[in-house]
Amino acid sequence: MVKKLQKVDAVIVGSGWTGGIAAAELTKAGYNVVILERGGDKKHEDFVGTKDELRYSKRYDLMQDLNKTTITSRNSMDKEAIPVRNNSNARLGNHTGGAGNHWNGMAFRWLPYDFEIYSKTVERYGKGKIPKNSTMQDWGISYDELEPYYDKYEKTAGISGEENPIGPPRSDKYPNPPMKMTPTIRLFSEATKELGYHPYRIPSANNSQTYTNPDGEKINGCVYCAFCEEYGCDFGAKADPIGTVLATASKTGKLEIRNGANVNRVSHDGSKANGLVYTDITTGQEFEQPADLVVLAGFVFTNTQLLLTSKIGTPYNPATGQGIIGKNFTGHFNNLSTYIGARGFFEDKKFNNFMGTGGLGASIDDFSGDNEDHTDLDYLHGYEVHYSQLGTRPIAHNEVPDGTPRWGKEFKKQSLKYFNRNLFITAQSGFLPNKTTYMDLDPTYKDALGNPLLRVTVTYDQQDRNRAKAGVARCEEIMKQMGADDMHVDVVKDDIEFDHKFYTDHFFGGTIMGSDPSNSAVNTYSQMWDMDNLFVVGGSTFPHNSNYNPTVTIGAFAYRAAEGMIKFLKEGGNVAQAALETNA
Amino acid sequence: MASDRRDDTAQGNAQHQQDLSRRKFLKNSGLLAGGLVGGGLFGGLLTGSLEKKEEKKKIATVKKESMVMEARQFFSRQHDFDVLTAATEQIFPEDEHGPGAIKLGVPYYIDKQLAGRWGINGRDYRHSPYAVKLDDTDKSAGPAGEQSILDRGDIFMLGLRKLDDESQKRFKIGFDEAEEEQQIEILQDFDDGKVAMNGVTSAEFFNLLLQATLEGAYSDPLYGGNKDMEGWKMKEFPGAQASYAGYIEQEEFKKLEPVSLRDYQGH
Ligand SMILES: Cc1cc2nc3c(=O)[nH]c(=O)nc-3n(C[C@H](O)[C@H](O)[C@H](O)COP(=O)(O)OP(=O)(O)OC[C@H]3O[C@@H](n4cnc5c(N)ncnc54)[C@H](O)[C@@H]3O)c2cc1C
Ligand code: SF4
Repeated sequence: MVKKLQKVDAVIVGSGWTGGIAAAELTKAGYNVVILERGGDKKHEDFVGTKDELRYSKRYDLMQDLNKTTITSRNSMDKEAIPVRNNSNARLGNHTGGAGNHWNGMAFRWLPYDFEIYSKTVERYGKGKIPKNSTMQDWGISYDELEPYYDKYEKTAGISGEENPIGPPRSDKYPNPPMKMTPTIRLFSEATKELGYHPYRIPSANNSQTYTNPDGEKINGCVYCAFCEEYGCDFGAKADPIGTVLATASKTGKLEIRNGANVNRVSHDGSKANGLVYTDITTGQEFEQPADLVVLAGFVFTNTQLLLTSKIGTPYNPATGQGIIGKNFTGHFNNLSTYIGARGFFEDKKFNNFMGTGGLGASIDDFSGDNEDHTDLDYLHGYEVHYSQLGTRPIAHNEVPDGTPRWGKEFKKQSLKYFNRNLFITAQSGFLPNKTTYMDLDPTYKDALGNPLLRVTVTYDQQDRNRAKAGVARCEEIMKQMGADDMHVDVVKDDIEFDHKFYTDHFFGGTIMGSDPSNSAVNTYSQMWDMDNLFVVGGSTFPHNSNYNPTVTIGAFAYRAAEGMIKFLKEGGNVAQAALETNA
Repeated sequence: MASDRRDDTAQGNAQHQQDLSRRKFLKNSGLLAGGLVGGGLFGGLLTGSLEKKEEKKKIATVKKESMVMEARQFFSRQHDFDVLTAATEQIFPEDEHGPGAIKLGVPYYIDKQLAGRWGINGRDYRHSPYAVKLDDTDKSAGPAGEQSILDRGDIFMLGLRKLDDESQKRFKIGFDEAEEEQQIEILQDFDDGKVAMNGVTSAEFFNLLLQATLEGAYSDPLYGGNKDMEGWKMKEFPGAQASYAGYIEQEEFKKLEPVSLRDYQGH
């Protein structure tokens, strides 16, 4: 029996950046909010003294425990999907703070091109340039409209950065100066300058100095401890939801975070959401939390799965192209769009590779988005090339020159020698949506509570492979210029397929946004077209993937969504239409 | 065989050990590990051919060499553990740069890991159907091991016994007793997936063994490997330092004494 609880103003799935931002803005505006979080309670205190590579990087302590639920995966529609059983193939958020606890903090904005990709492509190259299998579309919003929300997120998180010489326009500078310049970042920057490119320091959420954000939350200055990616910050110096938006919401006295609450579905009457139905995983009891406003902020997979299991919206059908829920899945895939590039080995130079932070490095945007002329190229969208000094740790880093055995005497000798003598640069590329890369419900596998798992189908398009090849070639060029004595360059084969790895946490689609209900699930305020009081926030609303890390853009859209939620609670109706009418 | 051991231990000093071939060293250490577990009680059984006095000396030597506080949690059969010990030492051998797997405590590290949540795939999705037949053309598919009903403990047991069977079959001698070249040959065949196994490929087992060996060499000493942070020292990795803010802009390589979590959390 589902036990019905007392109604609240808003109920939110997930306590990551998106759920946190919604909670902060709603509670500040005076509304009562309950966040349902399947994971455990975490505080900054949990992160103190935990510089433990085995526990966090190898045993994935902060990430989603897959023993209760996971996703299934396949790389073409004619195959049976297999469950992603193991964290070495998936690093998703869990616990209070979500993936925001263990992110690196690389804090890029996306490009004006990204939001209007279809029209800008047609305008510059003509319709013929768009691949047949592509489902790329505009987002229904321009960069200029989104810019104030970008600014707001950057100020909340205390992003540290410098002006990108060829970046999109900004209304204000970064709230904090860039991170320190290290010898290896200088090497990358000088090499790329010599080649005529425009390096700039990666903007980062590892704050470069002690900072107080507009909500009054204090973020400490980063001490470059090098246990950052996959770790919570020991020093409260990495912007995360716990120290910022969730703290802000808690201060109002209007937020309750309910941990161990696994949301199973949205209860609704077909046109209005009534609340969220969840299982308390400590007792197995099912509850319904009624609310005037229901927010899905459980990341791409959960957001899509909940709409499908709750039968809200029309599921996407790859055979007909009809339907929308599950459509346009994209991401940064391990063997194609990130983590590939060139590794240089240096004989006479030794670097302090073990020092660093999650977002320390430099990047070039000369090939990002549509910055390069694609007329004669066999792909659309582009790649950014970066070197980052995250702090190498010894279990994960055993790089040796090609031809070295992977174990035994020679391996040991070379892996010891090169631990502090190798540098890696990577090309992170965009990935464009196609008809057969999508999500639906798996016909076979279920989670521990009996809900069907979400099934992900990913097929690489030739243009995605071509783009990756171009990116790797650029890495090779730059690494040569950096003076490596020997190099390992990744090879992107023409028949490379998706390898079932969901490792980057940069995933998108399933509940995409737009200005037209016929080809989108939500409006640009993340409000469902089909259900006014249901908002779906996060990467699931992105119609495609850019070549940048996503969180700043996710944060910006979450602020816009929160504005829409408040407007809805005050005035009701579709807030995007209301905005259009006011502007007209 | 036994006489080799007697000679080694009779010498009883570390300097001499370094001069011995690694094959002898391995066997020696494997035996010592066994003798240690048995302690006074079973020591005589395990080291049957040795005189009591020498046996004591041997244990004493090992005690100094850091195996002293260890006992097995996962492996119940000494021989399985000896095979594991020999295999990890071939993967990460002692050499002029420093200790190998044995001295770093890797076999005991692995034993502890297998006895815990990792050994039973406690964080993994474990619902059936298992071992969906992957399309043969699907080269990019994740390891069948991940789709296997076997847990990591099962895979280790199967793999180690298969290593031993292979050695018996090819060389008429247990894996832990085989010559260095013989052990390497077998391990290489496992790595190349050439040895037929049930439920898991030999390459998948080998991968797991390789990963676990590196973990044991380089994880924080709190897990029982990386003894005295010797793994980190070889690699010039300074462990759990609080901060690099003072050095990170400097051009020169910075050599720092490593810090373990015992030091760090004990602040
Ligand atoms: C190792 C790592 C490094 C990263 N580095 C960067 C980076 O440098 N730059 C960058 O831009 N991005 C980075 N990211 C990505 C970034 O972390 C995410 O984009 C961001 O945190 C997403 O926020 P979110 O709120 O949408 O989702 P999440 O943070 O995933 O939050 C979702 C929350 O919902 C909860 N939840 C899910 N389903 C349910 C359910 N059914 N019931 C109840 N609760 C549920 C989850 O437990 C989770 O806490 C990184 C990610 C990882 C894993
Ligand atoms: S590197 Fe900086 S931001 Fe990252 S965990 Fe350490 S102190 Fe925190």
